[in-house]
Amino acid sequence: MSPNELTSYLIIGAILFVLGLFTVLTRRNAISVLMGVELILNSANVNYVAFSHFGSGNADGQIYAIFVIMLAAAEAAVGLAIVLAIYQLFHTIDVEAAETLKE
Amino acid sequence: MSLSTAVFYLVALITVVSAGMVAFSRNIIYSAFSLLGTFMGVAGLYVFLGADFVAAVQLLIYVGGILVLILFAVMLTHRITDVQVTNRAAGRIPALILIGALIYLLIETIKVTPWAKAKELTYAPTTASIGDSFLSAYLLPFELASLVLLGAMIGAVVLSRKEIKE
Repeated sequence: MSPNELTSYLIIGAILFVLGLFTVLTRRNAISVLMGVELILNSANVNYVAFSHFGSGNADGQIYAIFVIMLAAAEAAVGLAIVLAIYQLFHTIDVEAAETLKE
Repeated sequence: MSLSTAVFYLVALITVVSAGMVAFSRNIIYSAFSLLGTFMGVAGLYVFLGADFVAAVQLLIYVGGILVLILFAVMLTHRITDVQVTNRAAGRIPALILIGALIYLLIETIKVTPWAKAKELTYAPTTASIGDSFLSAYLLPFELASLVLLGAMIGAVVLSRKEIKE
């Protein structure tokens, strides 16, 4: 583990991915599930930027990371709007309680 | 151990510990605020990787945008004065076994794989080359991204408006 090794960044990315997956799998709160998705996207971004730095040397990996950040912002906006709509309809955001598509 | 190595360990520790808080905390407010530490730690990792522009974008969009959005959603959907468990979790034991096996597999793979030796590392500003790429090689994805953002904005407005019942 040192700042000059690719493997240390990959290991941090793997830990972030696994923790995000755990959050998505176990949480019953829709907002927490979205937080887990954000952790997973961040882990992918760490890998992209690490490979860009230690590999080719050009900025392609960083551009992919910026596109991922852009899609994460769009996902958060739409996802949280859906969560608020579910809350207005069911008065809870427990993903097990909200299992029908309409009233 | 040099100063930069110490700072790297600190940043990595903050990232991993606050991600763990997101995954294991019993209160959703603590989870949301721990996400701040994770996003800041990842931005620090980008600085170590010489990606100055991505680090700034990470701070602006994740910390300034997505995190505030998540906190708003938490506070709109919970009575935050309630101190009882707001962050229910189910099926933790099978999930722990699964992610334990997965992290073991990932770390062993990372260790075994013969990665190419790092070249002479350079730290130069990346913003100019990123801008050049956006307007040359990545022009079509760049324009499509603006359409995606427009669609997401309209979709969020349509989804979260008050339904007018007649």
